[in-house]
Amino acid sequence: MLPTLSVLNLNGAVPQIAVAGAGMLIMLIDALFHRGSRRWAAYLALLGLAVALARVVESGASAETILDGALARDGLGMAFALVLIVAAALSVLVAMDYLRREEHERAEYYALILFATAGGLAMAMANDLVAVFIGLETLSISLYVLSAFFTGDAASREAALKYLLLGAFASAFFLYGIALLYGASGTTRLVEMGTAIRLAGTQADPLLWGGVALIIVGVGFKLALVPFHSWAPDVYQGAPTSVTAFMSVASKVAAFAALVRLLVVVLAPAAPLTSALLALLAVLTMTVGNILALAQDEVKRLLAYSSIAQAGYILVAAVAGEVGAAAVLFYLLGYAFTNLGAFAVVLAWSRRGEGRLPFSDLAGLGFRRPWTAAALSLFLLSLTGMPLTVGFVGKLYLFGAAVQAGWTWLAIVAVLNSVVSAFYYLRLVVIMYMREAEMPLALQRAGLALGVALAVCAAGVILLGLVPGVALDWARQAVAVVLS
Amino acid sequence: MIPLTWYLVLSAVLFCIGLYGVLARRNAIAILMGAELMLNSANINLAAFERYVAAGSVAGQVFVIFNIAVAAAEAAVGLALILAIYRSRDTVSVEEVDLLKG
Amino acid sequence: MVPADFLPILVLIIVAVGMSAIAIALSALLGPHKSTPTKLMPYESGMVPVGDARLRFSIRFFVVAILFILFDVEAIFFYPWAVYFRRLGLFALIQIVVFVGILFVGYFYAWRKGALEWE
Repeated sequence: MLPTLSVLNLNGAVPQIAVAGAGMLIMLIDALFHRGSRRWAAYLALLGLAVALARVVESGASAETILDGALARDGLGMAFALVLIVAAALSVLVAMDYLRREEHERAEYYALILFATAGGLAMAMANDLVAVFIGLETLSISLYVLSAFFTGDAASREAALKYLLLGAFASAFFLYGIALLYGASGTTRLVEMGTAIRLAGTQADPLLWGGVALIIVGVGFKLALVPFHSWAPDVYQGAPTSVTAFMSVASKVAAFAALVRLLVVVLAPAAPLTSALLALLAVLTMTVGNILALAQDEVKRLLAYSSIAQAGYILVAAVAGEVGAAAVLFYLLGYAFTNLGAFAVVLAWSRRGEGRLPFSDLAGLGFRRPWTAAALSLFLLSLTGMPLTVGFVGKLYLFGAAVQAGWTWLAIVAVLNSVVSAFYYLRLVVIMYMREAEMPLALQRAGLALGVALAVCAAGVILLGLVPGVALDWARQAVAVVLS
Repeated sequence: MIPLTWYLVLSAVLFCIGLYGVLARRNAIAILMGAELMLNSANINLAAFERYVAAGSVAGQVFVIFNIAVAAAEAAVGLALILAIYRSRDTVSVEEVDLLKG
Repeated sequence: MVPADFLPILVLIIVAVGMSAIAIALSALLGPHKSTPTKLMPYESGMVPVGDARLRFSIRFFVVAILFILFDVEAIFFYPWAVYFRRLGLFALIQIVVFVGILFVGYFYAWRKGALEWE
């Protein structure tokens, strides 16, 4: 078919175009007039994200294709895109004052965040394995560069190299898996691939099973599932804190979006085996993540292990396939607010030029910084899954989906893990309020943008926790409309 | 015509050589080369499947072109990072790049 | 083609390797061996080599090399378009112009940021 405007349906691709276009505009303007403050770049980034968000929100749930079928503009894709854009906007707000404080305020930061977001959007809306792969690589390569963004900092560079080498390794597995699935079905379009697999049956096709296994390994690396998690703690710790915050949310949202779509649209006939495999990974991820988190004495690394464990919880619902899709979506929305908020507090409190925030630094902050400490407590309670926070509703919904799909034992393991996790999350709260500081921390003033981001995150956690109904309905309706 | 299996065996062998390179070498550049070899083995698969399984569609070949571009971008970022580390520490061995262990 | 069709090539390889092996072995066995410093030089009658071959290259080469790889590889996207240029028509031309425009953003950025300056 010859390319025409109607085949491309560019109107539907406005979110990607707005986000990537704003990124390129930032690079151009910065190259032309590179002097003075880079505040404008952050505002331009927020503007691009706002345009994308408006387009995502206004377009109803219609299952149509764009870019000649490469992307799908359906409920599932748009919903994950919305979570991703919100997370990116919060990351921009969080980074503004931090970059200035660390004297690394450069416009490229915002451009790279936007490129990463554009890649994530392509993954969330992909209807073609080519689009999934390109999106994944756009997201990953932007994140490699962002991890190395503090150029004078050896830890930042090493984190980036480690991330890149393991990321390239994972991409290779993923791509080989895609190639095998292409061989098994003769197409790269997800919908047609699903049909081909359903028609051919799933018995003993080595190409299909090899492809599925390799794709799960590749996604497992990106999501830092145990046993593919070894890079995550080092990278999370070494990267600039604002990048860690963005990475811990954006790459999870994008990768889970692609995984859910693959499970629902393509691999539904192969469900028994993929579910068993994912259930095994979920158990390992939750348990190992939580146990290793118990041994930490530094907040940033603790949050790294905690986000490994969180990916395990989300995987519990992904095991349930179509039944769990809405739960995955809702939990990721809550997780975006919670985790970004927690990292924002770490970034506000950590010493200048230092990424670490040892537990001892937290002592006494409960009373010296009552509002910020209250916010961190809220985020930690939500990560634990305490009632009245979004973490509770989200986990209830995640584990409920697993039970509904007949994975009761898996849900029980997940609940037990949540109990274990309470120990290390609540320990931080105890240190903040119960212990006197030996050497009081010299705190910087948190900037306005950071304050706004924290307020939005806290409001999100509380509102979604108290009145989850609206968001739950939205999630259910969104995942019901899948291009297939 | 050469049977499809031959291509698959070739690509599997290349994939394993790359895998061995990533796992066994300690030099960051060698690891990167191993990963690139793995990506290229997948490209052979895509091109072969395009010819034998999905004749008439061009998706496989187009995908290969995209992969080459993506691999180049990845290599460029990787080499730049390795260079930055080499300039400050005078080594590219991943065993000596260990500030973050612990 | 079946594997048997490659038999002549295999024979050719064996003959070629065998002939050269025999020639080298004979000259090693029969020829006289008198090595002088002049004979051991890389180019017996060429220029006298000065210094070490393993020079350290300027870091500038590296930046230019990386940029070259990127723009070089982007050029492969033109090939499929160029082959079907006539059949694809005006709209594809506009698309490729947009693509070139995006490439130019990167080029312009590298240029203005001084990545192309030698000193």
